[in-house]
Amino acid sequence: MTTLEVSHLRKYFAAMKAVDDISFTLERGSIFGLLGPNGAGKTTLIRMITGIFYPDEGEILFEGKKFDPILDVGHIGYMPEERGLYKKMKIGDQAVYLAQLKGLSQQQAVEKVKEWFTKFEMQTWWNKKIEDLSKGMGQKLQFVTTVLHEPRLIILDEPFSGLDPVNSNLIKDEIYNLANKGASIIFSTHRMEQVEEICDHIVLMNKGQKILDGTVNGVKQKFKENLFNIGLESDTSAISSEMFDVIARENHRLVVKIRNGFRSNDVLQHFIEKNIDITSFNEILPSLSEIFIKLVEGTPLSRQFQTVHS
Amino acid sequence: MNKIWVIIRREYITRVAKRSFLLMTILIPLLIFGFYAAIIAVAISGGNESQNIAVIDDASLFNGKIEDKENFSFTFIKGESIDNFRLKYHRQGYTSLLYVPNFDISQPSGITIFSESQMGPITKSRIERVVNNAIENKRMLAAKIDPNKLNSIKSDISLINKVGKGNEFRKGSSEVSSAVGYAAGILIYICMFIYGMMVMRGVMEEKINRIAEVIVSSVKPFQLMLGKIIGIGAVGLTQFVIWIVLMVILQFLIPVLFPGMAQAMSSQATQAATQQSSGLTAVAEGLKYLNFGLIIFAFLFYFIGGYLMYASLFAAVGSAVSEDQQEAQQLTLPITMPILLAFVIMTRAAAEPESGIAIFGSMFPLFSPIVMMARIPYGIGTTVPWWQLGLSMVFLILGFLFTTWLAGKIYRTGILMYGKKASWKEMWKWAFKS
Repeated sequence: MTTLEVSHLRKYFAAMKAVDDISFTLERGSIFGLLGPNGAGKTTLIRMITGIFYPDEGEILFEGKKFDPILDVGHIGYMPEERGLYKKMKIGDQAVYLAQLKGLSQQQAVEKVKEWFTKFEMQTWWNKKIEDLSKGMGQKLQFVTTVLHEPRLIILDEPFSGLDPVNSNLIKDEIYNLANKGASIIFSTHRMEQVEEICDHIVLMNKGQKILDGTVNGVKQKFKENLFNIGLESDTSAISSEMFDVIARENHRLVVKIRNGFRSNDVLQHFIEKNIDITSFNEILPSLSEIFIKLVEGTPLSRQFQTVHS
Repeated sequence: MNKIWVIIRREYITRVAKRSFLLMTILIPLLIFGFYAAIIAVAISGGNESQNIAVIDDASLFNGKIEDKENFSFTFIKGESIDNFRLKYHRQGYTSLLYVPNFDISQPSGITIFSESQMGPITKSRIERVVNNAIENKRMLAAKIDPNKLNSIKSDISLINKVGKGNEFRKGSSEVSSAVGYAAGILIYICMFIYGMMVMRGVMEEKINRIAEVIVSSVKPFQLMLGKIIGIGAVGLTQFVIWIVLMVILQFLIPVLFPGMAQAMSSQATQAATQQSSGLTAVAEGLKYLNFGLIIFAFLFYFIGGYLMYASLFAAVGSAVSEDQQEAQQLTLPITMPILLAFVIMTRAAAEPESGIAIFGSMFPLFSPIVMMARIPYGIGTTVPWWQLGLSMVFLILGFLFTTWLAGKIYRTGILMYGKKASWKEMWKWAFKS
């Protein structure tokens, strides 16, 4: 079942095609990475999905029905990149307030907040104010207020920034947990190693357009360059073949790029025939970070304003 | 609707629960009360320091005798020339020296008072009165007029103004109406500023804290704005209710708690009142005939209407400001100008409630909350015709519906706009082109 289906979404501002024909689908229980350089249009896209902006064109389907901001925002939890909470308000009251705005009754909200505060060991925080909290503690609170009303779509923009490894893991586990229970998660970040670790599916945006869409593994396969890491018993200095180019050469280790028309087994066969002992043989897949840089490279560092004819 | 209620409640409770709210609510009336008490005290006791005045009367204007009055005592200096004595009067313990040269009674000139420091206006005018009386007496004698007879001829009446039509006339007091109108106008003026600014700061806080984005992903920006405006307005109304209750309690409590003080006050008051008793009774009389029910109703209406009108504009400005306070000040100028202008018109309207500018001011919705309040105490149905009141109210309602709609559009864009320095031109675009 799909939680979210976005088709041909467009949003133009006076001097910028912020989102220009974006389509993707988000399956129930999946963790979806929304990637892109600064100014790619991610925030605008997210704001349309959360009902803050109306799209100029295109359609958003939420659980199969046309997205209705007034009815559906209660099922969405959004944690924006720029965190914000009322500085002078008590933490417990604040969490209850935000939950009520999502449509919970006062009583439900209090119960939920207590439940989550216990889970994250925050019970003693209730009467503290935000200004008394450290950045990381504020982050944890913001996460709790985002997921408290059991949203079916959770949008997290850089959820780990400012968190120590222990709290990062706590949140990460909770993200898996929520996904297992059926929530779909859109995860926007610049930290590629986190995306590789957490996400099932990614979309890469640049200049308002989608330039990549697929599973993490599929994308890596698509961008692989037939590079292999080979460990050998003997000295590697004399090795060469018409089947591959040697990219790097160390004692007992080679990095090779297999030429078109040959397979990895051909290479293995080659070493076996030469009676060179193989200690390891594995394919090098590109990291998302490398793919990202490759695709986005050449884009000016800051996005130029353009004239929009519409 | 339910969500607006949640927002209103938060805005209201967080403000009312603050210690500063309680402090302000109790301190402000005390301050205002103290301020007026001080003004009245100064006005009544003006020229309190005792004056010991030496007099050199070369013209024998006073015939060697001036009656000492309250804290004024006069001493005649004989056998000293003015040039000589004015060098030493102070050393001999006189506060000042009055010199009356020899002059023609029909053209008095050259009468001088020497003092070490600038003389206060009240003291000076009292001495002038003494001299003038003496000159008048002299002239009457010269014209063979008996001063007693003249006094019995003199007349000093004040008009009783009865207001109304046909058989129904009531006593009016333009002074009291003007004062009540003025006070009501000022109160609305102050409230508009205080609560309008409060709304603006609240909006700026949400924008700068970036909580706005979290909240507008749950509710519509317009709901957030409206919730804030209504919540803060309710805080204002609460404050009024507390003030009214406080004033009533104080009135009952003071005589009970401080019977001695009340007595001292009343004896002082009677002393002061001997001079002004007619004035005081006129005030009491005037107050009695004011239609307080209608005034309070109108006050609440114009407070709420004016507040809604300006608060939404302040909210729009707050949403456009991205970081610094200075930017906010510049942007609020076009809003504070009409409030100030309304205040100026109000001061005229309190004195001349039927002038053209007063009627215009009480119709135009940007001015009417302040200006109309100054006219209403003069009487609805008489000075202010019913149709004017009705029209003014309709215009005000239309006015705040319009500003709220306009502000909502600006707010919606502004609240999520960062890094861009907002100008009125920019806000105009947000309002009409998106």
